[in-house]
Amino acid sequence: MLSKTIIAAAAATLTAFVAGQAMAGAKLDAIKARGEILCGVSTGLAGFSIADSQGKWTGIDVDVCRAVAAALFGDGNKVKFVPLSAQQRFTALQSGEVDVLSRNTTYTQQRDTALGLNFTGVTYYDGQGFMVAKKTNVKSAKELGGATVCVQPGTTTELNLADWGRANKVAFKPVVIEKLEEIEQAFFSGRCDAYTTDASGLAATRASKAPKPDDYMLLPEIISKEPLGPAVQHGDDQWADLIRWTFNALVEAEEYGITAAKVEEMKKSDNPGIKRLLGVTPGLGKNLGVSEEWAANAIKAVGNYGEMYERNVGKGSPLKLDRGLNALWNAGGIMYSPPVR
Amino acid sequence: MAGRQPQASVPPRVAPWRDPVIRGYVFQIVVFGAVVALAWWLVTNTLQNMERQKIASGFGFITQESGFDIGDTLIPYSPASTYGEAIWVGILNTLRVALLGIVFSTVLGTVIGIGRLSTNWLLAKICGWYVEIIRNIPLLLQLFIWYKLITLYSPGPREAATIGNVFISNRGVQFPVPKADPAHMWMGIALLLGIAASFVLARWAKARQHATGQQFPTGWATLGLILGLPLIVFIGAGFPLVWDVPELKGFNFQGGVVLLPEFFALLLGLTIYTAAFIAEIVRAGILAVNRGQSEAAAALGLRPGTSMRLVILPQALRVIIPPMTSQYLNITKNSSLAIAIGYPDVVAILNTTMNQTGQAIEGTALIMACYLTVSLSISFFMNWYNKKISLVER
Repeated sequence: MLSKTIIAAAAATLTAFVAGQAMAGAKLDAIKARGEILCGVSTGLAGFSIADSQGKWTGIDVDVCRAVAAALFGDGNKVKFVPLSAQQRFTALQSGEVDVLSRNTTYTQQRDTALGLNFTGVTYYDGQGFMVAKKTNVKSAKELGGATVCVQPGTTTELNLADWGRANKVAFKPVVIEKLEEIEQAFFSGRCDAYTTDASGLAATRASKAPKPDDYMLLPEIISKEPLGPAVQHGDDQWADLIRWTFNALVEAEEYGITAAKVEEMKKSDNPGIKRLLGVTPGLGKNLGVSEEWAANAIKAVGNYGEMYERNVGKGSPLKLDRGLNALWNAGGIMYSPPVR
Repeated sequence: MAGRQPQASVPPRVAPWRDPVIRGYVFQIVVFGAVVALAWWLVTNTLQNMERQKIASGFGFITQESGFDIGDTLIPYSPASTYGEAIWVGILNTLRVALLGIVFSTVLGTVIGIGRLSTNWLLAKICGWYVEIIRNIPLLLQLFIWYKLITLYSPGPREAATIGNVFISNRGVQFPVPKADPAHMWMGIALLLGIAASFVLARWAKARQHATGQQFPTGWATLGLILGLPLIVFIGAGFPLVWDVPELKGFNFQGGVVLLPEFFALLLGLTIYTAAFIAEIVRAGILAVNRGQSEAAAALGLRPGTSMRLVILPQALRVIIPPMTSQYLNITKNSSLAIAIGYPDVVAILNTTMNQTGQAIEGTALIMACYLTVSLSISFFMNWYNKKISLVER
């Protein structure tokens, strides 16, 4: 009798355990129950995710998480930011330490498949470039043969550098250091002839870390495509949908000319597309399993995509990056939202 | 029990749960079962979760092309090489820095340890302060300091400091090496022969001394064998020596051999840090030998060198070797801090590998296997040496 009881108890525990495993797929419910989003960001990259002296996070990647929090909870501050190094990021997402990775991460086939991630879209179209000191008199990356290049490990950057060097018969000597501050210091102290990462990152480093920004220049070559975007775990489909469509709503809002300040005013618009987006005509919120105010709240929290861009990396920021590829499709760029309807 | 006498006609009957033998077995089985169950649960749970999230698993990536470059390699390597080769590069880099670190820190530590016992007040104090300051600053911090000092204050390649054909810049220390020549291989063989011959000679000399009491100048003969044989080959081959001198071409020096700043900073940091601990171990070892021992050896007519070798050292080493083993293991494990200053050791390379392939569990397992293998090898060697050198008490 005793042994039967034990077996029954063990079986019950096991069943509960297996059931718990299956339930974990319903990520969105778990986040709703917790009341805040765990958002994996970088350890500090100006324009994308960086904490100020008061510990307040700003940047495009940060705003994506705030927008999702606003869409889900009606409050853009219900996010906890978890700084992750390039090496930690995927393990942190795989193990469920963060709900979403919004950390200037390049969308690649291998990450989308073998790493067990799902990318929800592209929030910033970037490309890898080189920065050199002006006094080296280098005008093109092809003149960098034999040069020592500083690069962070565990990134597509490291692979692109090796690929491009092989394709163009330019031999580099890499110096690979994990921590961003250390690699920047190694470059500015002259340990490396060139520093390579995404062009936006180079601009951020030059603007915020260089002893004299004018002593350094970016080379014209952009050697890769780096579409950056948020990623979630395989199997969290509903949660992925929410992130995907919240971001699309921000892009759509720019197209419609809806700014953070004008959300309430625009609700009175006669345009059926705007009425759907802002929840005046209900339906979209229900599809996502959130309130009908989801897009309105997201736009109120961070502004439309254009506002978000200019504030963090564009004219309103020290980086002063042009819109380039990130302009809307009808303004010379490739930023394009599928129909939010 | 086989030795038990059959006097007690009927052994006292004990309930099985009070029998210590049965109880012992039961506890052992329960504990063993729990450990196995835990391991099984961990492994299957991990596999299940990975399966559920469609994360790739297994060691298949080892034979795939790595695609990344490494700045400091002892064997030929390019981004077209496999992950397996990249890991080999990392293992060799770890072994290189660990072995050199062990040699240098032992020398430096011994000098400082003896210096601290010196009757010279200034020397003793300096060595004392060295130990107290260095061992109280975390190693990581020291590595950052050395690396920053080297990269910030060394000149660029164009303004490199030059000593003969050696160039010192923030690209590293470049020095000339002899160009490879077929005769060099024969010199290497001659060197091995010389070493083997001197072992045989030492045995013969010892046996002869035991039998006849006559001594043989083993030291000089060994030196002659080890240096002389390769030298004869070298002269016989007609002095095949062409130097490969480093030259500044474009951004960097070409030719010769380079010690990169990352390697240099790591070796310097490990050596200086560990030497402080070794100094204390050496000091303890020497102090542990009673002064009467050397006096007794002198009274027997042993010369200082012989008395040190036959009387003092065997007793001091008995105290020194076991803690020294821990320090050697520490150097090996501490070399993994290389990742902070960009030296491509096995951890740095496996970290990159894990990130590119996403296979963290396999990568971590490989790191653990590497360190376990190296540490156990050092441990076995030191235990063997300890047994060999230790005083045989009669």
